[in-house]
Amino acid sequence: MNSARASTRARPLPWQEALFWSLLVGGFWLWPKHLALASQVLISALFALSYDLILGYAGILSLGHAAYFGLGAYSAGLLATHGWGEPLLGLLTGGCCAGLAGLLTSLLVVRGQDLTRLMVTTAIGLLLFELANRLSSVTGGVDGLLGVEIAPLLGVFRFDIYGRTAYGYCLLVTFVVFLGVRRMVHSPFGWGLRGIRDNTGRMLALGYPVHRRLVALYTASAAIAGIAGALLTQITQFVSIDVFSFNRSAEVVVMLIVGGAGVLYGGLVGAAVFTLAYHYLSGWNPLYWQFWLGAFLIAIVLLGGGGVLGAYQRVSHLLRRRLERTAQA
Amino acid sequence: MISSLIGVVFDGLAYGMLLFLISVGLSITLGLMNFVNLAHGAFGMLGGYVCAVATTHWNVPFLAALPLAFAAAALTGVLLERVLFRRLYRGSPLDQVLLTIGLTFMAIAVATYLFGSQQQALHLPRYLSGQFSVYRVDLNIYRVFLLAVGLVLTVALTLVVDRTRFGAAVRAAVDNPRVAEALGIRVALVFQIAFAAGCGLAGLGGALGVEVLGLDPVFPLKYLVYFLLVVAVGGTGTLKGPLYAALLLGVADVAGKYYVPQAGAFIIYAVMLILLIIRPQGLVSRS
Amino acid sequence: MSIRVFSAPLLAAAWLAAGAAGAEEPIRVGMILEMSGPFADIGRQILNGANAYIRAHGDKVAGRQIELIVKDTTGASPDVAKRLAQELITNDNVDFLAGFGLTPNALAVASLATEARKPMIVMNAATSVITTRSPYIVRVSMTLPQVTAPLATWAIKNGIKSVYTLVSDYGPGIDAETTFKKSFTAGGGKIVGEVRVPLRNPEFAPFLQRIKDARPQAVFIFLPGSSEQPVAFMKGFAERELNKAGIRLIATGDVTEDGVLEAMGDTPMGVVTTHHYSVAHEGSQNRAFLKAYAEIAGPGTRPNFMAVGGWDGMAAIYEVARRLNGEISADKAMDVLKGLRIDSPRGPLFIDPETRDPIQTVYVRRVQKVNGKPYNVEFEQIPDVKDPGK
Repeated sequence: MNSARASTRARPLPWQEALFWSLLVGGFWLWPKHLALASQVLISALFALSYDLILGYAGILSLGHAAYFGLGAYSAGLLATHGWGEPLLGLLTGGCCAGLAGLLTSLLVVRGQDLTRLMVTTAIGLLLFELANRLSSVTGGVDGLLGVEIAPLLGVFRFDIYGRTAYGYCLLVTFVVFLGVRRMVHSPFGWGLRGIRDNTGRMLALGYPVHRRLVALYTASAAIAGIAGALLTQITQFVSIDVFSFNRSAEVVVMLIVGGAGVLYGGLVGAAVFTLAYHYLSGWNPLYWQFWLGAFLIAIVLLGGGGVLGAYQRVSHLLRRRLERTAQA
Repeated sequence: MISSLIGVVFDGLAYGMLLFLISVGLSITLGLMNFVNLAHGAFGMLGGYVCAVATTHWNVPFLAALPLAFAAAALTGVLLERVLFRRLYRGSPLDQVLLTIGLTFMAIAVATYLFGSQQQALHLPRYLSGQFSVYRVDLNIYRVFLLAVGLVLTVALTLVVDRTRFGAAVRAAVDNPRVAEALGIRVALVFQIAFAAGCGLAGLGGALGVEVLGLDPVFPLKYLVYFLLVVAVGGTGTLKGPLYAALLLGVADVAGKYYVPQAGAFIIYAVMLILLIIRPQGLVSRS
Repeated sequence: MSIRVFSAPLLAAAWLAAGAAGAEEPIRVGMILEMSGPFADIGRQILNGANAYIRAHGDKVAGRQIELIVKDTTGASPDVAKRLAQELITNDNVDFLAGFGLTPNALAVASLATEARKPMIVMNAATSVITTRSPYIVRVSMTLPQVTAPLATWAIKNGIKSVYTLVSDYGPGIDAETTFKKSFTAGGGKIVGEVRVPLRNPEFAPFLQRIKDARPQAVFIFLPGSSEQPVAFMKGFAERELNKAGIRLIATGDVTEDGVLEAMGDTPMGVVTTHHYSVAHEGSQNRAFLKAYAEIAGPGTRPNFMAVGGWDGMAAIYEVARRLNGEISADKAMDVLKGLRIDSPRGPLFIDPETRDPIQTVYVRRVQKVNGKPYNVEFEQIPDVKDPGK
């Protein structure tokens, strides 16, 4: 599953990373009219990051990850309708609830091979959706939960109509979580995961606690997805069961593949590219934009695999070699 | 009591047979060639529209429109295989997923452009509509037809795979393409034909399904879960696996909704989950 | 003194110029619609209806151009709808928010309408609670309870004493089921069975069988319009010969809505429904509407009640612009909209000043062939129906 290519990918250089995050912070001045869109991109990016953990680093393909996103979203939403509208509390609750669900379901998911795991995760996602629909007196069903009122962040920053507070909030949360994930991935735990993805048999033979590690990873991934969901509820001040939908699960898969799975920035880049393409194409041609989106996705695949970042890697590698050659000549 | 049980089982089997018919093509492409074709539903949709247009606008009789649907989907499959899919056989499944999802989006947009976003009408011939009674059990004629077509198709496909030289060539090409090539089997051609058959079956299934599932441009995404469900539970690479899985899931779904309608939505997914946990490799797995 | 004499006409000229410059700015209507995905048909119908109104009445009102800015929510995506509304308000400076085919999308945007003070014209979404979520919301379509209650009354009046209800398991379906049960039992009827079918339900066989077993005098159904479910249900109903078993089929007009009626073939013949609009309605406004719609969407396409929502929504906007002479302010616009009477293609339409919901005639119709094509032919009407429970 793209393993060889992924492991030979270089880490992004510090200046590239600094540039990336500075650009995002500069968003307040670079795209002040599109902060609402940017916030949703960040939330998708966080969700895609959580998915990268299980797909890119552990090779678990899932079409039901929205289950955890939805649980996080509803935790924050229900908390708010019952009077606790403080955003950070909602975030924490969302992450914990989703993480717990991840822990429980990981027992079902970490066994079996690709197609089985895919359908098990899909089934869990779909069942949760139907359950949420059945409990519409609690969840509001498809029509959504009414009365979600989010208190100002830290008591000071109100969520304004221009989306400034929302953007800053999402950016901060995404950055902090990203740092945490980065730490995890470049730790012995992370290397162990790559081993599991590349050659489970050998890892087992080495006595590595494969099963326990996968459970831990899946739980962490679910928790992050839950945080992303909570963020969405908080910035839109609304939640309905579409947070559990199959479409949402499928979208995050597409986003990650577009960006490049198995690379830390893959989810972020993929979420940005996909959401922006989706937004601008549907704005440009409200009737038939799906045609162009489909063509766009196919074009990305034809670039040679590994998504946008994979292509970027190849291009920068080519350029570097050409520079070296001209330097030698 | 008994008559309603028989009726429910019959309806369940018919529904299951329809699920099998629309999914069997995916079992072939996924199981034999390990190609994740998430655009499977788009081929089904193509077959559905060809059948609908043929019967409504060109006055082609329904039974003659079915092979047309098969052919149209098969030809499109061949075309796409040569132009796009072939490059990704050895690629990552993720790239296959992205490519076929992209194709699905494009197909949906094209269908919307050509036919509009509303439901497509399909008028069945009179001899396929209505019902008849057998010992106080009412049997829907179209569903009997579906069961018959499904059985005939299963038998035919099994015969082709097990008893013909082509079938043997396919099995050889799947097990070890290099040796098969060395033995003189034109592997690329064999794959192409098998892929075309898979897509053609999708088209046929789509055409047969219009009467029950309806037809609109979102068809490929709406029923994607069902195709994957049948193939995963049944096990890839076999014909009998998806057949048993589809029939089982169909009966469970219909019987569940009849006897316990409050749990209606959960049953099919719960059954799928249980079956996948008990037999992760599928009901009938390749050795 | 001379300065004052000079400055007065100068000031007047400046003021006129400013006013004229302001009049050059178009009236922007932000349309938040479902243009793609499984609900694409809803958005298209509404947009076509709105464009038909503009075609029939010109694109200028009170000296200002009307500009529609269409945004696609791509389905039931309240987070997307809210973001689009935010962008329409802050970037495009719209004067009105309009559209809203689906309830969750409308509910998510409600608080924005209040915060930004923009009149929000709901052209389709039918759940009762919507208009209570913001004082700036006006609805020109209908509510589900509004069209369901008269059906129950009609059933009682026509000797139907036992009914089996079958609805989709989501907000509108549950609304319809609750309203029907309440009105029907209040009139002395008996509900012999009820079932809620899952949202994703390709096969109605088990439900039809249960209905057949229960032998009610009639079945009441609510299934989402513009989907394959009403067609599938009616086909099954006819094929299993439930009608021959003496069971009647009654429903809200969503099931036989004009956009899908032709695709259903002969299966819905004789089905009695209640709704607020039928293409077959006799009236000069309807004739004008159908003519303009054919020019927009092409001949041979039928508008449905969602298109009428688009048409009447634009009519309301035009009326606001006319009465305020092109100077749109939210509170003044709301004053015009509350208590507004519109001569709609459906018949008379009155916007309740207290609830901002439509008060209109509900028609009882039967599916019949007219000149070889199926139509919902109105044969009874209940005037001035309010949304019950408000």
